Amino acid sequence: MDLQETIKALKLPLNVKNDLFAELSPLQLSDDEIDEILETTKKVYERSRVEPCEAVGTIAAQSIGEPGTQMTMRTFHYAGVADINVTLGLPRLIEIVDARKVPDTPMMTIYLDVESATDRDKALQLAWEIEGTHVSDIADILADTDEMQIYLEFDDRALQQRKVDLDAVVTKLETLQDVDVRVDGSNIVLIPSVKRYRALLQIVEKAKAMVVKGIDDIKRVVVRKEREEYVLYTEGSSLKKVMVLEHIDATRTKTNNINEMAEVFGIEAARNSIIEEAMDTLREQGLTVDVRHIMLVADMMTLDGEVKQIGRHGIAGEKTSVLSRAAFEVTVNHLLDAAIRGETDELVGVTENVIVGQPILLGTGDVRLIARTGRE
Amino acid sequence: MSSPKRIGKIKFGLLSPKEYRKMSVTKVITADTYDDDGFPIEMGLMDPRLGVIDPGLRCKTCAQRAGECPGHFGHIELAAPVIHVGFAKIIRKILRATCRRCGHLLLDEIQKHEFLLKMHELKDKNYSTDEIVKNVIKEARKSTTCPYCAEQQKEIKYEKPTRYVEDSHKLMPADIRDRFERIPDGDIELLGLDATNVRPEWMILTVLPVPPVTTRPSITLENGQRSEDDLTHKLVDIIRINQRFQENREAGAPQLIIEDLWELLQYHVTTFLDNEVSGVPPARHRSGRPLKTLSQRLKGKDGRFRGSLSGKRVNFSARTVISPDPNLSVNEVGVPETIAREMTVPIIVTPRNVGELKEYIERGPLNHPGANYIKRLDGRRVKITEKSGAEIAETLENGWVVERQLKDGDIVLFNRQPSLHRMSIMAHRVKVMPFKTFRLNPAVCPPYNADFDGDEMNLHVPQTEEARAEARILMQVEENILSPRFGGPIIGGIHDHISGLFLLTQKGTKFTKNEVYELLKKCDVEKPLPEPAVVEGGVSYYSGKQVFSQILPERLNLTLKAKKCVMHGVCLKTDCEIDAYVKIDAGNLICGIIDEKSIGAFSGAILDGIIREYTDTGFQEASRFLDNATKLAIRSIMTFGFSFGIDDEDVSPQAQLEIEEIIEKAEERVGALINAYEVGELESMPGRTLNETLEMKIMQELGRARDKAGEIAGKNLGFAGELALDNSAVVMAVSGARGSMLNLTQMAGSVGQQSVRGERIRRGYYDRTLPHFRKGDLGADARGFVRSSYKKGLTPTEFFFHAIGGREGLVDTAVRTSQSGYLQRRLINALQDLEVEYDGTVRAGDKVVQFVYGEDGIDPTKSDYGKSVNVHRIAQSVIEKRENG
Repeated sequence: MDLQETIKALKLPLNVKNDLFAELSPLQLSDDEIDEILETTKKVYERSRVEPCEAVGTIAAQSIGEPGTQMTMRTFHYAGVADINVTLGLPRLIEIVDARKVPDTPMMTIYLDVESATDRDKALQLAWEIEGTHVSDIADILADTDEMQIYLEFDDRALQQRKVDLDAVVTKLETLQDVDVRVDGSNIVLIPSVKRYRALLQIVEKAKAMVVKGIDDIKRVVVRKEREEYVLYTEGSSLKKVMVLEHIDATRTKTNNINEMAEVFGIEAARNSIIEEAMDTLREQGLTVDVRHIMLVADMMTLDGEVKQIGRHGIAGEKTSVLSRAAFEVTVNHLLDAAIRGETDELVGVTENVIVGQPILLGTGDVRLIARTGRE
Repeated sequence: MSSPKRIGKIKFGLLSPKEYRKMSVTKVITADTYDDDGFPIEMGLMDPRLGVIDPGLRCKTCAQRAGECPGHFGHIELAAPVIHVGFAKIIRKILRATCRRCGHLLLDEIQKHEFLLKMHELKDKNYSTDEIVKNVIKEARKSTTCPYCAEQQKEIKYEKPTRYVEDSHKLMPADIRDRFERIPDGDIELLGLDATNVRPEWMILTVLPVPPVTTRPSITLENGQRSEDDLTHKLVDIIRINQRFQENREAGAPQLIIEDLWELLQYHVTTFLDNEVSGVPPARHRSGRPLKTLSQRLKGKDGRFRGSLSGKRVNFSARTVISPDPNLSVNEVGVPETIAREMTVPIIVTPRNVGELKEYIERGPLNHPGANYIKRLDGRRVKITEKSGAEIAETLENGWVVERQLKDGDIVLFNRQPSLHRMSIMAHRVKVMPFKTFRLNPAVCPPYNADFDGDEMNLHVPQTEEARAEARILMQVEENILSPRFGGPIIGGIHDHISGLFLLTQKGTKFTKNEVYELLKKCDVEKPLPEPAVVEGGVSYYSGKQVFSQILPERLNLTLKAKKCVMHGVCLKTDCEIDAYVKIDAGNLICGIIDEKSIGAFSGAILDGIIREYTDTGFQEASRFLDNATKLAIRSIMTFGFSFGIDDEDVSPQAQLEIEEIIEKAEERVGALINAYEVGELESMPGRTLNETLEMKIMQELGRARDKAGEIAGKNLGFAGELALDNSAVVMAVSGARGSMLNLTQMAGSVGQQSVRGERIRRGYYDRTLPHFRKGDLGADARGFVRSSYKKGLTPTEFFFHAIGGREGLVDTAVRTSQSGYLQRRLINALQDLEVEYDGTVRAGDKVVQFVYGEDGIDPTKSDYGKSVNVHRIAQSVIEKRENG
């Protein structure tokens, strides 16, 4: 029989099958040898299975929590990827399990489609297109309080570099209210209709923050060559706006904001994103933690179709057991609420049974054997 | 043992005043506790019917003794209703959503019906109905007139914590209670209350239950004075005010005074329930300490829930300082005799063991393997004394229980806090020893994260056969060699074990037969000695590798790259020039030097290999190897001799000069950078300000300088190239036993830049770090660069900067421990109920979280560093078999 077919027919997980095929196909092996390898593989697999009643949750929590003590606290680190600041170490891990709406340092990784991936110029062009350029990036803004005017002195080099058209800037500036825009060579003069000091300063601030090109949330874009292709890394994140651009490989482009991933790509993507981000954080610290533990955390967080926090406002706070919730945080409130709602604690979890003083229903406590006395 | 009853479930609910009275054993009317003779006053707060706390007395309600009597509730009839603070917010919601006259929920029948339907739908699916209740209240508040009695509704203002104002009229708790009484039963469910068991008016107290005395025991001080519990104090206050209120009302006091007293009563009841309500000044003890009332007893880390109910205290435990003993097995723990004499194991007397047990009893409690107590069939416990021993031994009967002292071979649990993972509590076998410390094999330090600088550890003696079986099968040290975190060994050699074997397995080591026997004397070796590696002048010598092979299990085959492998181009394998290719063939170390990669904790490939090769006896083989390795390593490091001194950091004067020069040049370049910055010639890097650019460049320059200095120092000390095996620091760093190149650099080369938050040191005086420098000085030395080495010694300014950098590290650790501790607590709380079911799914209760655990059903502990099956290894072994015929 064909090797692939044989392997496919085995009762093994997919990753083992793939490993087997990759390992065996280049080797010249006799049928007996293949049989032997497959038999041993099956035996090893069976031996390595998890045992029923194993408290995998606790093990996962310990496996992630224990290395936490060894992690650094330093928030900022010039990350391995380009020179973009990224939160790392323990703060990042906490951020992930907290499921924060916006991470401390949002970041995107943008891949390009097949035709543009190897084209440096296209990558650079895209980078300029994405990077949010504010008026203050390309011009010096001076407020003249005598004349009640604002002078914008444009930096030609910056204009050229960022491929910004002065006319576009003018049209943008014209959207400002109560302001007359006059072009004076390479400079622009803004004349407010209201001659008041405060109004003048307000307009300066407004003008500074105006986005003339690119995406507002993205502060910086760095182009890097990775293996054969160019990849864009951004400081700041705005998946929705980037996804619609041309020449972008939407299948691989991602952000480190888990909630944004959930919103744009759906809950499964968020789950994978949690796994990936957590693994990266741990790996960067030189700590090895099995993926299965992190998968469990990710599955727990995304179980109900939305990203839920590990903690009071998420999983721990939504437990069905009153005693378990009371033992975690805000004890008294949980008890009072339980009283008026007439809640019942079914005593199925770990904490509840510890509290009432009986064996927990996990591991050896979940096995109930009845010894048969006397022989038939 | 009888099987105890299991609590099926616990229902929560509100009690009605009627029920309070029904379960009460007495009405409490006097605020006094004891009379002049010290007897409790009837119908007082210490009424003997409320339970007993004094030993010797019997409870007047249940006739049990102190300790057996659980205590009984009494009650206080409140002169006027008061609000229960815990329900203040819910009371507000209900007030706003119901009619002020007829009590109906302010929604018409159709709306009610719709909400109710939705609610039931959610309840059937076991979802939260909070959202619906919120909407009900929101909708109800919108109606200005009652759809049932057409009463005009008024806005109700809520003033924290227990004041409700309607139309600038204060609503008295009695009024609120009246309104709530009118709410029809049918509307209760929509308000989010349990319709079958709860009436809203019960949230306003008319009767206050008095907790039994057993929950508020008074203590007698040395001078005979009684000191009452905080709760009793509070109850006294309540009763006093309650009485005054009643008297005043009966005497027809003016409304103003009545209201004041009412509010005072409300205050006392509020603080009795919760003394930390915002807006209420906490009730204080005479000394000024806030009272610990009901809520405070439940709350927080040391509260009832987390402190007493989730964390239980145990007997049969011991704690003392730990110290190392490499002659113990990893599975053993050395227990001081003094502790062994105190701790006991209950043994049931049977015809088989009666003789042995009699011996223990005869020896009495003072001679070590003795016995301390016996328990007779009628349940009486008898203490064994030196004198009574012989007598008791005579009368010993089957079925009695002898509490025998701890002896060699008993299984005990050993633990070091913080217990961060399951390897923090492991089962060991007892080895009773002299002196006063617990002794353990240093190879088990990594999982406990223990060292011997004064650490203490706890020991627990399991008391039932089931517990001992579980401990032995699941918790013994050898069962925990592999970590579930990453599927590799977490137990392994540390420090001297690694250095010792590293020195032993160097090329060119040779030992005579006698020396070999001396080295292996303590090891448990079955293999016969092989042919000697070299014969010189008629004397046969064995190589260190041969000696090491003696302790390797015979079936072990392994290849790996040692730590010092430099990964140059193509691997020469067995011909490796620096002997970094470790090959073990059938239990013989063919080539390569043993170091951290082979036997270290967290990475030991040999242990991993043994466990995978010996599928049935892997753990025993592995622990046997560990025991042997620790003994061999200690013996060999003793024969070589190993010490560390300041002269290990001596570099030649010439190297010293080179280092000086490198740093000098680096400082010059830094000067040039600053110059360029000051005259405005420095180009800023993309996305960085000029300042940041300068700082980054300086940091780079100085970092490079330190590394170069370290390189020179390293070369001079024999770190690179030909290893200086006579330099302990080098041996430790190269073998991975302790320390690193960086430590060597700092000791012999230059300490380098000190930093705070990843930046050069900036803080201190205005525009400068110390008054020793000019304002605005950006130079290396003014911003925390330490050019001296630790050996040479630091200048005063350098020392100061070093202390700044060191302080940051300390703060970091302090903050980190609390943060990661909380993270772990949250993770455990969220995941602890997950379990693999018999069908392979992972579930929490009845919710399926994963259909196959980890997508492949593999236990990470048994996985090969995360891989489910190492196909490559299997294929290679089959191929090898073919090649070998």
